[in-house]
Amino acid sequence: MAASMIGSKVERKEDKKFLTGKGRYTADITLANQTFAYFIRSPHARAKIKNIDTSKAKKASGVIDVLTAKELNEDKIGGLIAGWKIVSKDGTDMKIPPHPALASDSVNYVGDHVALVVAETLQQARDAAELVKVDYKVLKAVVNTGDAMNSESIHDGIDKNLSFDWELGDKAKTDEAFSSADKIVKMTLTNNRLVPNAMEPRASIGDFNPSSEELTLYTTSQNPHLSRLVMSAFNAIHPEHKFRIVAPDVGGGFGSKIYPYAEDVVVAWAAKRLQRPVKWVCERTDSFLSDCHGRDHITNCELAIKNDGTVTGLKVDTIANLGGYASLFATVTPTYLYGPLVLGLYNIASAYCNVKAVYTNTAPVDAYRGAGRPEATYMIERLMDKAAKEMGMDRAEFRKKNFIRQFPHQQCLVHNIDSGDYEAHFNKALELSDYSNFEKRKAESAAKGKLRGIGFSTYIEACGIAPSAAVMSLGAGVGLWESAEIRFNATGNISVMTGTHSHGQSHDTTFAQIVADKLGVPMENIDLVHGDTDKGPFGMGTYGSRSLAVGGTAIAKACDKIVEKGKKVAAHMLEANPDEIEFKDGEFIVPNSNKKKTIGEIAFACYLPGTYGEIKSPLPEGVEPGLKETAFYDPVNFSFPAGSHVCEVEVDPTTGETKVDTYTCVDDFGNLINPMIVEGQIHGGLAQGIGQALYENAYYDETGQLVTASYMDYTMPRADNFPEFRIDYTCTPATSNPLGVKGCGEAGAIASPPAVMNAVIDAIGTEVSMPATSEKVWKALKDKSDTKKKAA
Amino acid sequence: MKAFNFHEVKSVKEATKLASNKSTFLAGGMTLIPSMKMRLSSFSDVIDIKEIKELYGIKVKGKSVIIGANTKHADVAASKEVRKAVHSLAGLAEGIGDPQVRNCGTLGGSISNNDPTACYPSACIALDATIHTSSRKVDAENFFTGMFETSLKKGELVTAVEFQIPEKSCYIKFPNPASRYAMVGVYIAKFKKEVRCAVTGAQSVVYRCKEIEKALNNNFSESALDSVSLKSSNLNSDIHASAEYRASLIVSCAQKAVAGSK
Ligand SMILES: Cc1cc2nc3c(=O)[nH]c(=O)nc-3n(C[C@H](O)[C@H](O)[C@H](O)COP(=O)(O)OP(=O)(O)OC[C@H]3O[C@@H](n4cnc5c(N)ncnc54)[C@H](O)[C@@H]3O)c2cc1C
Repeated sequence: MAASMIGSKVERKEDKKFLTGKGRYTADITLANQTFAYFIRSPHARAKIKNIDTSKAKKASGVIDVLTAKELNEDKIGGLIAGWKIVSKDGTDMKIPPHPALASDSVNYVGDHVALVVAETLQQARDAAELVKVDYKVLKAVVNTGDAMNSESIHDGIDKNLSFDWELGDKAKTDEAFSSADKIVKMTLTNNRLVPNAMEPRASIGDFNPSSEELTLYTTSQNPHLSRLVMSAFNAIHPEHKFRIVAPDVGGGFGSKIYPYAEDVVVAWAAKRLQRPVKWVCERTDSFLSDCHGRDHITNCELAIKNDGTVTGLKVDTIANLGGYASLFATVTPTYLYGPLVLGLYNIASAYCNVKAVYTNTAPVDAYRGAGRPEATYMIERLMDKAAKEMGMDRAEFRKKNFIRQFPHQQCLVHNIDSGDYEAHFNKALELSDYSNFEKRKAESAAKGKLRGIGFSTYIEACGIAPSAAVMSLGAGVGLWESAEIRFNATGNISVMTGTHSHGQSHDTTFAQIVADKLGVPMENIDLVHGDTDKGPFGMGTYGSRSLAVGGTAIAKACDKIVEKGKKVAAHMLEANPDEIEFKDGEFIVPNSNKKKTIGEIAFACYLPGTYGEIKSPLPEGVEPGLKETAFYDPVNFSFPAGSHVCEVEVDPTTGETKVDTYTCVDDFGNLINPMIVEGQIHGGLAQGIGQALYENAYYDETGQLVTASYMDYTMPRADNFPEFRIDYTCTPATSNPLGVKGCGEAGAIASPPAVMNAVIDAIGTEVSMPATSEKVWKALKDKSDTKKKAA
Repeated sequence: MKAFNFHEVKSVKEATKLASNKSTFLAGGMTLIPSMKMRLSSFSDVIDIKEIKELYGIKVKGKSVIIGANTKHADVAASKEVRKAVHSLAGLAEGIGDPQVRNCGTLGGSISNNDPTACYPSACIALDATIHTSSRKVDAENFFTGMFETSLKKGELVTAVEFQIPEKSCYIKFPNPASRYAMVGVYIAKFKKEVRCAVTGAQSVVYRCKEIEKALNNNFSESALDSVSLKSSNLNSDIHASAEYRASLIVSCAQKAVAGSK
């Protein structure tokens, strides 16, 4: 062990299994005597259920049972919960409609879960599902985010479909800034609704063991411990100590698998009720309909600006669509993950943000890669762009003028930003993107009949979710610390238990690098254990770019405890004082002597404390046998990654086709553990962000049917939609965790939509909304030239 | 998918004999299998025609190219004979779907299915093709009758398509961004006696665009289309493209096709 593992591009430990098709996902698991489940879903966006007749289906060949809300109520299974209480500005609590795991008297979106058919084969379950007669009284659906408050209430007692009307910031101070402003710039923005589209659709298998009374649920979860807690405490599925949740390999989540879904609750319960394993695998169409969606905001925003270009105030007024029900993290996404971030990385003295969250007859909306922060970034970066143009200032200079320059910096809303150097990454991005020669490239495009535009975007994230004290004061149901356990085996290799979950983030590699560095043990002797509530300690799962900053730190701390204990044992064995022992590259050394013990020898001695020559036992008095340490880490603050992105697009004015020609990003993620993995995370994020800007859109028609419910209509970006990304970094280490890391998982998806849109708008010289499809761009250009013609 | 009887046949005769009102032919399965899996269609009998050897192959004969119904898109795309005789036909095949689709999907399956956004029907119309079936020969213009409809009778099998070799030609697809089928596809073929222009993706079925043909018959050049403005009232409109946008795309694709003709 010589070179430091931290900071090197170590090849991914998980590549071998994934690239050779040896990953083991939930759907790959086959249990003896298993049954197959099929969910009957609502074909209507809004309806009352008058009756469900399951009699014919129950008699169909191979059918074991057909379960509905009636049976669910018999067994007193609780409904789904919303986990973060938001208080409206008038002091009232948010309004949450009941969300039964199987619809009892009404359905509220196409895809809403109504009944479960369990049969010997999937074929039989599907055949029988066609025999279930659900008698619906169809009602007029409320679909549109902007119209929801003026429409009939879809839930009893929830007036105007309004869940909460929340505010953040000092309204009076902000009003003052606007009344003394030299210029006010306003705009209205739509943040389009997205389908998460994890590569692996959701799946779960329930398995009840009648002899031990243990219930096991295999499921596609980013967060198995939390799922178990919620399903035990709120859904009353099974007591926590007899309930095991296993999230094996999971093929992507992007937030959509953070919380238990109705299907998990129902499958776990059905397995217990029927005393047979029940397997359910979501089909792609159902995944479009029933995975929680992302984004879906309408925002009015305005900036107060002084003549010299100083921004003095920001007002944001957002309507956020929650969908048919409030999903587990749905209420925090458009509030605390959004509001505090609206300032971007600008030093703005006053701000006020108002968010109204509404129910509509669409799939629930919850956290999706970036969760709230992409929406905030899109708003401020589009607005800054527009403001620069209206002020007649260079868009780059206008941004620089307003950057935060002193750290730590207490923002006027919530966050206290510990570290950063915004001008450093912005300047580096300008250089790497060759901004100074943009006009030349624009002329070259023009010569080919193409329109070229350049767009900037800067962003700040609050990651490392989350300091418990801070988030609980903001209404979180629980604190969001993380845990780790380092378990040495007697032969010197290590199992590392983490409460986070890897579903594409490469924890097996990154976390092993930390342990390898800390303990001087080769990578191949370190195994990461996660995703099984029976194996590792309780943890809070993976989302919000938290795993490394919080979970990685817990691991580092557990390593420190191992070294501490090792020193005591080594000192005893080497007949030295523990204080003088040095630990380096896996060896405990008595300085200025040839006396040393490897960490492997120490581990062996800790487990098999025999006689070592003169020494009767290697364990000093009061030191317990074994070498295993646990650490919990609750961060002192969020971490604040930030960065600058520059995008250049080329538009074909005859067809409106937009090509992303170059894309440059310079990010400050603090210290990097594995730059190759970080690069992969950036690529994925950019693909999703550019996808949102140009291609993706979950579109419901006026009756609430999801028109884009397959890849024939929902445009997933593909590799040929992207250029080679130019990637570079700056580094100001985080001060809130000892690794100095900030988090990189969401940055690409946060920064890129405004970078792309600012470039498109720069190219065509007129506004267009996301996604800027070829038709919309063509239409915007046509309208612009029609208006010009009219004026002439 | 619902249960069905599966038959593998070795000859056209065997296939047509087994066919009934409740049966279907299976070629590449690229369209049929997803639709059965989603339970949008179901059959009592599925007759797999992939093993019928006589339906494979590419022949250039005099002024025509004859391609067997079972010939895969990838084989047409890779065929030197096709590329030499009708460059654009190989290009069209190369632009269908992805490698998996091109290595399973067939010419016969594509035209029998007659998806309004499929590429091959436009080639049949523009290249004045004759469709050979198990019982007759039909002009392409009488073959494609409506959305997912052809003049094939129940149990009738497409055996080959005979395309006429033009002086020059080109197919330009403006792909639907999601499916990458044709949002609009324009096939232009210049023969000695006429220019033919077939458009797919824009109406319920492939059609000849007379306005474009007229302009190009007078003057086979891009600029001849500058003044062509198509009416949009009879064109498809959906979430990806309005009729008005399609009208504009047809002209711009046609111009690119003229420019790219060889
Ligand atoms: C992801 C994807 C992308 C695609 N992109 C495109 C595209 O860009 N452009 C495009 O044109 N197409 C595209 N396709 C369709 C593709 O070309 C299919 O191959 C074609 O539609 C069907 O051919 P097949 O051989 O798979 O037929 P099958 O799916 O086997 O059959 C289709 C239908 O034709 C019938 N049939 C098949 N062969 C015969 C025959 N010889 N005689 C009579 N009836 C027959 C079958 O009974 C069935 O009803 C795409 C398909 C997919 C899955």
